[in-house]
Amino acid sequence: MAEALLTLEEILVRHGSATVLDIARLEIHPGETLALIGPNGAGKSTLLRVMGLLQPPSAGAVFFRGERANGENTLSMRRRMASIFQEPLLLNASLYDNAALGLKIRHLSKAEIRRRVLPWLERLGIAGLAARRARTLSGGELQRTSLARALALEPELLFLDEPFSSLDPPTRESLLIDLRDILSQTGVTAVFVTHDRHEAFMLGSRIGVLNGGKLLQLGAGRDVFARPADEKVADIVGADTRIHAVVERCSEGVARLRFDGGAVEAAGDFQAGAAVVVCLRPEDIRLSRPESPACGSGINHLSVRVVKVIPSTPHYRLLLESGTGPLTALLPRAAFEALAVREGDALSASFDPAALHIIVR
Amino acid sequence: MSLIWNGIVTAFALVFGGDPEVWAITWLSLEVSGAATIISLLLGMPLGILLAMSRFPGRALAVALVNTGMGLPPVVVGLFVSIFLWRSGPLGFLDLIYSPAAIVIAQVVIAFPIVAGLTLTSFQTLNPHLGLQLAGIGASKPQVLWLLCKEARLPLLAAVMAGFGGVISEVGASMMVGGNIRGQTRVLTTATVLEAGKGNFDVAIALGLVLLALSFTVNFVLTHIQQRELIRWPKPS
Repeated sequence: MAEALLTLEEILVRHGSATVLDIARLEIHPGETLALIGPNGAGKSTLLRVMGLLQPPSAGAVFFRGERANGENTLSMRRRMASIFQEPLLLNASLYDNAALGLKIRHLSKAEIRRRVLPWLERLGIAGLAARRARTLSGGELQRTSLARALALEPELLFLDEPFSSLDPPTRESLLIDLRDILSQTGVTAVFVTHDRHEAFMLGSRIGVLNGGKLLQLGAGRDVFARPADEKVADIVGADTRIHAVVERCSEGVARLRFDGGAVEAAGDFQAGAAVVVCLRPEDIRLSRPESPACGSGINHLSVRVVKVIPSTPHYRLLLESGTGPLTALLPRAAFEALAVREGDALSASFDPAALHIIVR
Repeated sequence: MSLIWNGIVTAFALVFGGDPEVWAITWLSLEVSGAATIISLLLGMPLGILLAMSRFPGRALAVALVNTGMGLPPVVVGLFVSIFLWRSGPLGFLDLIYSPAAIVIAQVVIAFPIVAGLTLTSFQTLNPHLGLQLAGIGASKPQVLWLLCKEARLPLLAAVMAGFGGVISEVGASMMVGGNIRGQTRVLTTATVLEAGKGNFDVAIALGLVLLALSFTVNFVLTHIQQRELIRWPKPS
């Protein structure tokens, strides 16, 4: 693998006696987009500030292209990066002047600034607003200006701290798509902090899960979402259904897991008698009427009762009760309407063995 | 009414007739209050910025002291500056009592907390993350500070106006530390008091009008700079 663009080693950030960040090692590789997710207070923003050389850690080292940041070289390193925050913090000036600010700070000529800023204003669809003062712009336009300001710097590393969380959903969606295209077209390395799984999955070539200042899991998005390392990660990535079970037997890569009210079969090698947690993502649970021919019986089927229906777009979230505990399922609107689900209904839940993820306790 | 009218006529005669004493008094007033305002800005702005941007033990006390200082009675300032500059006082060796410099010192004591307090308020109106964002696009520490000052320029201009307004109009401190000595420490406010005391109301009105015109001109220029940036508010439908 290519040399890491940024490396964190033994990073500790303390506020008083509390440790808010504790990262043994983290590497950012050229061209990747690392999405960091975690709940509020997980240390995501602190980690981003440390990586962006905006906050010195209490202990540990940050290396940029192999060179350790030491205070003297911090500004020159920081000028090869750019950060975008949740609020599009612009100055009381025109959109163009705001977009050009980072380049003015670097004392570039007016012509050079123009050459680098205008294409980004065009690309982000705000060129027609260039003369408008920042405070007359909408939230989406402000954040597009903030993006243009950062991208015009042609940074080697771009940090985005929940940049779209204060925007309305359509604006957020359109900016996310634009950002994904821009990142893939320019190849700029980015670290994107969010608490939104959808944003993380959409943008991240790798996803890091943070909680309590620690990096709990780091890997490809699909792996992290489908195979959480522990129950805390499962919570954060939305593997809401977790069944405590015991390995009854295991042979030829298939394990039979028994729990109160049923049993499931899952792929994997586990020691018989081991206590495990069966994790299921809500979209991997299939629901059918008990009398339906689609409803089989026995392994990987559970009888459930619908406790609550939570409508949202484009899915319905169903909270289910089974003999073994609560389950959460997500049904597309069409499937929900076809089943004509009502609260209190008895249904059959089934799942593919490959969709089950087993955490050994 | 005739008294006021005579005062206006006398004012025009004194100013446009080129009365050297009035011009000298006006110029000294401008010099003294201008110098006091500039020194107050140099001292008050950094203190206001420091109080706005940092957290340290005793900060709340410092802010309370600055806020109290914004309403210092000039005559009390005059009294204490006089005691300090008095020949037998702690700073008597400087031999500044009854000099323009003494008036500048007293006016700085009056204006400096006003500037510091308003600077503190103007910086507190800025988004607390703005500095971090500016650093995040490559600004150095001095650049961050400069850009934050630029961003707070509208309320900072109000601090300049309030500081200048506070010192150009005060009389108690100037009288006590300057002594209102003709040709040396007589400024517009002390001269006005003197002439009114002597019953020369037309001259007092004339000097008062010159003071008003001076204050208006300075504030008009600053207001023009401040207001040209203001946004036009949409009319309610």
